[in-house]
Amino acid sequence: MTKNRWIALYVENQVGVLAKVSGLFSGKSYNLQSLTVGTTEDETVSRMTICVTSDDITFEQIKKQLNRMVEVIKVMDFTDVPIHMKEILFAKVKECSVEDKAELFQIAQVFHVEVSDIGTDSILLECKATERRNNELIDLLKSKFKQIEIVRGGGVAIESISTSCAGRSEYFRKQN
Amino acid sequence: MAMDITGKKLFVKALSEEGVDTVFGYPGGMVTDILDELYKHEEIELVLPRHEQGLIHEAEGYARATGKVGVCLVTSGPGATNIMTGLADAHYDNIPLVCITGQVPLNLIGNDAFQEVDIVGMTRSITKYGVTVRDRKELGKILKMAFHIAQTGKPGPVLIDLPKDIQTAMGPGEYPESVSIRGYKPNASVHIGQLKKGYKLLKAAEKPLILAGGGINIAGANDKLLALVEKTKIPVVTTIMGKGAIPTDHPYYIGNSGMHGRYAANMAVGECDVLFSIGTRFNDRITGDLNEFAPHAQIVHVDIDTASISRNVVVDVPIVADANLALEKLLEWAAPQETESWREKIREWDKENPLEMRRDKGMTPQMIIEEINRQFAEGIFVTDVGQHQMWATQYMELNEKKQFITSGGLGTMGFGFPAAIGAKIGCPDKPVVCISGDGGMQMNIQELATAMAQEANVIVCIFNNYYLGMVRQMQQLFYGKRYEATCLRRRKGCPGDCKGPGEQCPPYEPDFVKLAESYGACGIRVTQESQIAPALEQAKQCNTPVLIEFMIATEDIVLPMVKGGNPMTEMILK
Repeated sequence: MTKNRWIALYVENQVGVLAKVSGLFSGKSYNLQSLTVGTTEDETVSRMTICVTSDDITFEQIKKQLNRMVEVIKVMDFTDVPIHMKEILFAKVKECSVEDKAELFQIAQVFHVEVSDIGTDSILLECKATERRNNELIDLLKSKFKQIEIVRGGGVAIESISTSCAGRSEYFRKQN
Repeated sequence: MAMDITGKKLFVKALSEEGVDTVFGYPGGMVTDILDELYKHEEIELVLPRHEQGLIHEAEGYARATGKVGVCLVTSGPGATNIMTGLADAHYDNIPLVCITGQVPLNLIGNDAFQEVDIVGMTRSITKYGVTVRDRKELGKILKMAFHIAQTGKPGPVLIDLPKDIQTAMGPGEYPESVSIRGYKPNASVHIGQLKKGYKLLKAAEKPLILAGGGINIAGANDKLLALVEKTKIPVVTTIMGKGAIPTDHPYYIGNSGMHGRYAANMAVGECDVLFSIGTRFNDRITGDLNEFAPHAQIVHVDIDTASISRNVVVDVPIVADANLALEKLLEWAAPQETESWREKIREWDKENPLEMRRDKGMTPQMIIEEINRQFAEGIFVTDVGQHQMWATQYMELNEKKQFITSGGLGTMGFGFPAAIGAKIGCPDKPVVCISGDGGMQMNIQELATAMAQEANVIVCIFNNYYLGMVRQMQQLFYGKRYEATCLRRRKGCPGDCKGPGEQCPPYEPDFVKLAESYGACGIRVTQESQIAPALEQAKQCNTPVLIEFMIATEDIVLPMVKGGNPMTEMILK
């Protein structure tokens, strides 16, 4: 089934590794949705969070292809694992009327979005939510306002610790 | 604590400790320091080719023939880009290479300096590993990694980009004995449970079939495969890269399967109920239409590379393992199976459509190859790419004394001749025969000079049909004989709608016999069947490289043939 899937990747923190990983996706026509990368607690290691759209067979192949790269230390499949996932998004809405501003404040309240800057006729929203929630916010803003500027960071994800469902998945993994 | 030494000294030390006795090198501004260091070391032979593409194919042939790592040394910029085809070729066919490219000094990288290219960036998808050395302290470790990665797991080419200032900078003199790479742990075991499952299927099969790929030859698991086949009585087909996995005259060997495979082999794949495949990645030339590939079979797939499994063909039992290990285990369990009626059926198919070229008029490639089979009891047989290659895969007889080297995955024209030179350099005591076409031969013809200089006395058999025959064959069958860009005799004055050769055709150029002689090599032209045997006899007596030009018929095509994307059982036979 074709759907969005999540992979976390530990890679060597070296020149060219990002190019190699992203090159795999373009070279083999895998559908990359987002890729974020940053160093970890160990400065020789970077961690990537990757979102791909693919069917089951392609996804298996993507994981295998990543695994065989010398610079990839570990591949973690987050597809059926409870995770915490967030994406940073800035949305600047320009040419706002007074009414527009009022509405934006309302939207911000409902979406739990921070209004982080404001000018005479523009507002900057700062959102930290799941990618899907961010998509919804963008759709809403696009439908209501003409002049918007969006910048998104791509999702970062980490396994959950204490939720009951995390425990359950651990249990199921052992069973299988 | 060893004394600090220069990078170039450490490089040569690394070569010595890795047992490298031959380096294929071409000079240039960014490797002069290394060359100067190699000058002082007589125990390392530097082979100077005449073009970097020839260089890397020579290293490939050397690596294939000897089982050792082929080492290449080229300069930055064009030196580096000229080896790219060979890197891709080695990557596809899993040939262990360590290629060192000179690079401009670190402080010039990124400035579009003279002869600067981002070779690591360019070759990322066609190397197993590639890195620019940015710190002299890292050089020892990186060199060790390169040799380790190139020859372990699924072998492949590794590229090290070495800036000029790193070559001369002082640094640690140690060359590490071993290296541990946290992201690289080649599989060194076999999942017994999976293997048992696979064997259970095979044992229960009524029409079992083994498909042996190049992995058998790379792993050197030929003896074990043979033992398994003889114990279980299961018939075998091979891929092109797997040719020679078991002796071709063995009663249980059917032939190659695939696009130009033997009729009986493709029929057997189409009919078998269990296909036990080892060391193949189910390339499209083997499978044809994926939906029609081995439609009645449950498939067991043994491969060292997890990424090869269930990529093209979804298999029933995947087994990640080295072919050697898997076969060793299988041999413990193997028992005779009742396969007589199944093998009888295969023999019937073979009688129905045997692998045979016409014998009515004139010399055919089959006759030439059969004479090569007769005259050489041992040796290394290398091909280029094209019709002659397919004929060679069909008619060459191989056994444990005869090795077959060909460019299977990438299909690189220009591979054959230099690869044969490399094989001869690696194995000077074995006869090396190169089968090439008149097209591919001209892609690296300059290597005749290398063969002369190295006294690499290979026998090159050019099958000259005046055409780039493989594509001409497709034009003949599928494009209404519109021979665009495939006739090598064509000149400006020829009619645009030429449908084939005739008396009006201009002469062929070059004259290969004169060409060979101009290099000091021996040239022989063979125009009819009766001259084949004497020409080969004469060639064996020569103390120089020999080029035999066989003037074969222009119209012969490689059969059977399966049109790309069609099921393998739908073969064009006439």
